[in-house]
Amino acid sequence: MGFFVEVLFGGFLAGVLYALVALGFVLIFKASGVFNFAQGAMVLFAALSLVRLMEWMPIPVALLVSVAIMIVFALVVERLVLRPLVNQEGIILFMATIGVSYFLDGFGQTVWGSEVYTLDLGLPKEPVIILESLFEGGVLVNKFDLVAAVIAGVLVTVLAIFFQKTRIGRALRAVADDHQAAQSVGIPLRDIWVIVWSTSGIVALVAGIVWGSALGVQFSISLVALKALPVLILGGFTSVPGAIIGGLIIGAGEKLAEVYIGPTFGGGIENWFAYMLALLFLLVRPQGLFGERIIERV
Amino acid sequence: MTSAGGRRIGDVLLKVEDISLSFGGVRALTGVSFDIRAHEIRAIIGPNGAGKSSMLNVINGFYHPQQGKIIFKDIARTDIGPYDAASRGIARTFQNIALFRGMSTLDNIMTGRLLKMKENLFWQALYWGRAKKEEMEHRAVVERIIDFLEIQSIRKVPVGRLPYGLQKRVELGRALAMEPELLLLDEPMAGMNVEEKEDMCRFILDVNDEFGTTIALIEHDMGVVMDISDRVVVLDYGKKIADGTPDEVRGNQAVIDAYLGVKH
Amino acid sequence: MDGSQQTTMRRPAIGGGRSRARLAGCDTFPKVLIANAKDFADRAASREKDLGIWQTWTWSQVLEETKKLAAGLSALGAKRGDKIAIVGDNRPRLYWTMCAAQAIGCIPVPVYQDAIAAEMGFVIDNAAARFAVAEDQEQVDKLLQIKDAHPNLETIVFEDARGMRHYTQPFLLSFDKVQEMGAALLQRDSGFFEREVSLGKGDDIAVMLYTSGTTGQPKGVVLTHTNVLITSLNAAELDNLTENEETLAYLPMAWVGDHVFSLGQSYVAGFAVGCPESGATVMTDLRELGPTYFFAPPRIWENILTTVMIRMEDAGAIKRWLFKRFMDHAKRIGPALLDKKPVGLVDRLLYRLGDLLVYAPLRNTLGFSRIRLAYTAGEAIGPDIFDFYRSLGINVKQLYGMTEASVFICIQPDGEVKPDTVGPPGPEVEVRIEESGEVLFKSPGVFLAYYKNDKATAETKTADGWVRTGDAGFFGADGHLRIVDRAKDVGKLADGTLFAPKYLENKLKFFPYIKEAVAFGAGKDFAAAFINIDLAAVGNWAERNGIVYGGYAELAAHPEVYKLIKGCVEQVNRDLSHETTLAGSQIKRFLVLHKELDADDGELTRTRKVRRNFVQDRYLPLVDALFSGAQRAHVETEVTFEDGRKGRLQADLAIGEAERYPLDPLKKAS
Repeated sequence: MGFFVEVLFGGFLAGVLYALVALGFVLIFKASGVFNFAQGAMVLFAALSLVRLMEWMPIPVALLVSVAIMIVFALVVERLVLRPLVNQEGIILFMATIGVSYFLDGFGQTVWGSEVYTLDLGLPKEPVIILESLFEGGVLVNKFDLVAAVIAGVLVTVLAIFFQKTRIGRALRAVADDHQAAQSVGIPLRDIWVIVWSTSGIVALVAGIVWGSALGVQFSISLVALKALPVLILGGFTSVPGAIIGGLIIGAGEKLAEVYIGPTFGGGIENWFAYMLALLFLLVRPQGLFGERIIERV
Repeated sequence: MTSAGGRRIGDVLLKVEDISLSFGGVRALTGVSFDIRAHEIRAIIGPNGAGKSSMLNVINGFYHPQQGKIIFKDIARTDIGPYDAASRGIARTFQNIALFRGMSTLDNIMTGRLLKMKENLFWQALYWGRAKKEEMEHRAVVERIIDFLEIQSIRKVPVGRLPYGLQKRVELGRALAMEPELLLLDEPMAGMNVEEKEDMCRFILDVNDEFGTTIALIEHDMGVVMDISDRVVVLDYGKKIADGTPDEVRGNQAVIDAYLGVKH
Repeated sequence: MDGSQQTTMRRPAIGGGRSRARLAGCDTFPKVLIANAKDFADRAASREKDLGIWQTWTWSQVLEETKKLAAGLSALGAKRGDKIAIVGDNRPRLYWTMCAAQAIGCIPVPVYQDAIAAEMGFVIDNAAARFAVAEDQEQVDKLLQIKDAHPNLETIVFEDARGMRHYTQPFLLSFDKVQEMGAALLQRDSGFFEREVSLGKGDDIAVMLYTSGTTGQPKGVVLTHTNVLITSLNAAELDNLTENEETLAYLPMAWVGDHVFSLGQSYVAGFAVGCPESGATVMTDLRELGPTYFFAPPRIWENILTTVMIRMEDAGAIKRWLFKRFMDHAKRIGPALLDKKPVGLVDRLLYRLGDLLVYAPLRNTLGFSRIRLAYTAGEAIGPDIFDFYRSLGINVKQLYGMTEASVFICIQPDGEVKPDTVGPPGPEVEVRIEESGEVLFKSPGVFLAYYKNDKATAETKTADGWVRTGDAGFFGADGHLRIVDRAKDVGKLADGTLFAPKYLENKLKFFPYIKEAVAFGAGKDFAAAFINIDLAAVGNWAERNGIVYGGYAELAAHPEVYKLIKGCVEQVNRDLSHETTLAGSQIKRFLVLHKELDADDGELTRTRKVRRNFVQDRYLPLVDALFSGAQRAHVETEVTFEDGRKGRLQADLAIGEAERYPLDPLKKAS
């Protein structure tokens, strides 16, 4: 039992990472209806920026500068990509984000280099044993994973309050619902896009920090975007809690499948299990666990 | 000049001058000029495809005409965006209802207050106390609109679940929440039954009467147009063919031809 | 009808109540108001939801408002004995107007707010009202329409000025303006209000309430202060009403029930009366206010239940299962618990669990989480509906009353509540059953007279003070009165079998799919009925069964709907087959009407009771077809649309046949 819980925990904590990336997708999709293919590239870019800046300046300053870079990035995307394409079909905007993604990958590596960098923010990494009273021998987890979970939790809470309780949140939801109507009541579409892309960029930075600290900052980070896709299908494209729960389910499912049924299939199950799960979900509940119910009315 | 209700009609509030608009090769509007005076109800009519909605979209900044000027409150602009139009006091509703379907009636109307909220978007997330107080003040304004439109019972209902007639009313409420000087209504009574139309007419007249709001509306129901508007401008194939009081327009030969489909 | 030998019953006054002692010496409502402003100065008296927020006035504030209003009306020239018409939805200011009028010796005459101008004109004319206090433009417009024809109406006061900024008539005044005039008068003469109030006596006329009447013109029922005050006190004592109650006033102010519950009892017990934001928000307001004391006619109890059932059908499987399981348990245990009868420990614990999971959340969504006492009256209530609420722990009780009695005639005491009776006589009420079966009563609430209608008064009030109710009924062995039908409507089929149409109609209406029914059969060979389907319930049923329809008429005429209704009719017949006297009046043929019976077309009264004779005349071809053996019938009628326009409506209706069952008295016991 202790072993099962250990695997489960390990899975959950991997899931937190997926969730953070998925969160970035959800924010942009919710507010602008754009499926942002560049989210993975943004994670890489943010992490690269931070890790290289840290070579030049103290960590806090590097963090602030990285945040500023992501905001500038948001401004540039709005000016050069979104504004010219306003009111275009979703698919066109999606294509545009693919372009952004390639550009960012290339640009990031040109500016910051393409090696593997070690990101060390001084977060604790030693393993600890928890829940000793419940299971014999307790459960072995990495302290770093716990910190990551806390960071993710705080981020989600702040975002939830931001969306539900503030006026910007209302404006964001309005824009997500109907661009034209939002403009007609004087919601500045451009400001909203900048805010959303900035927020998403900051979420990408957090994801980049967590991911990069665990595995090092390298190109493969941008591929994590592909893992976020099944998470989104599970959680629903428009739901912040959905992204979290979806991430946890995928993370835990993946690890459990690998450990318990992996041997039967002969390894590698980790690579496709998430997509299988997503496929099953598409058949049963296409709007995702928490997505807005799709109601067709005549 | 006074209208039927005894309102004082004021000076010119908005003037469109020689507006031409085309999409690719298709001409939507050709050299259209007319004015809207403060406190009047001005109807824009014409057969399908006459360019009525395009005209509204030009006034509220969705479309940018290739030629001509829009003079609103004595300031001429050729290429204002919808944000500028809204912040200068132009509100509108849409032919096919553009509400935020996932949000409640209350939240929808509250979005109409966004421009009136002083704390700007970035700061308001940080200033809890002041923002909260401001929120209450705006809520009070919105509650008066809810009372005015008699939609108390649907305050918390997501608008996507409301019947069509009520959605139209909520959309009017959202526009009113902007406390506009000029209210553009794109077919406010389309698809309504007789009773709903009468209600909507009453609301439009009351808005005009009680708040002095200038209203420009597009409507197909000629009975309604002739009843409630002070002046009517008639478009056909993107050109203005008549302009005047309902009686003048009714007797105009060009208008009769346009509606009967006489070839040009 | 065993035990029907008993033909008179009387219940003595209860007495000794706190309110009675507190109000010793107060014989009019204005005097009660002054006492309340002293005893309950800072307690809530009136509430109103305005612009989304509940506003509250305390008893001392209400006294101040009423003073200004009374003085203002007097400054406008109101003299003692003048009638003041009051028209509008339930609003605190309109309730204050009633007491303000009484304070200066005027007589408030509340008018049904949904009355059309002509109906309003009749009341204004009959009562010779000099003043009218109206809620808003809608009511003012109606009054303006009739003002020329009824010059006795001199002044119109309005509460809400919206939409009337261009109304320049000099006789139109705002409520605020009147109160301003009153404040000025009080400034000059500070003792004005108390002096005027001291002139009033218990025998003075307190209010005139026009009964909607199933036939003919409405009659103005004249009630004195003593009538309303003593009756309110008696009923308040029986059910221990205190100043801690919370109520919602949402039924027409012109109806005697609202007058007694929201004014009479509120004043004598000192509790607060809340007014909903609008007619459409009642359910929301109910939930927010959470009344402890609530009145609703069966129709409303039924509507609430229907909404619950529809919502449950849309709920998830687990919720549905929980709901069904625990409601079944509640039906077995709940009523016994409410009546404080012994219940086994396991059942008691299960009920607790159900309360936690189902009953309490349900009561909460309905706005009944604080409810302590609820009444239903006016018509028979379906036993299922009645049991549903009682099993949830909501103490719904039946009462029997009428305007001419200041409401209360019979009332079910706690612990003696049953769905098929109206209870024993209330305190100080004496009830007698005549040879013909008609119910007569005598009580402190007996009305003075019908206004300007001595003939009707003489027909209803006997020389020795008994009042004819016009209802037929009998006492059971338990001392509870049971009402069968209107005395004049109880008829016989051609073969002499007893035919009680309302009894049949009520049984039919107990099915959620049937909104209204009209039974025919007097002098005929068999009984037959018109059915009105309930659009919400049948529409929902149709949706679940994949039946497509374009509107009410199409749904009503659908063969599957006929099958559904046929099942209902046959169930009623099966029930009737167990009752010796009524088994012969089983329904043989029926049809489903193509339109809803509507008060605007005169088919229902304003309180939504069927006008049987009117319906019979209007749909004569249909009635003939029911008894002729035809398979279809054609009908064309004039209808009034909601905007007041008239139009013609025609339809071709099928006639359904229902199975009838042989007399089977054995099952009666069950």
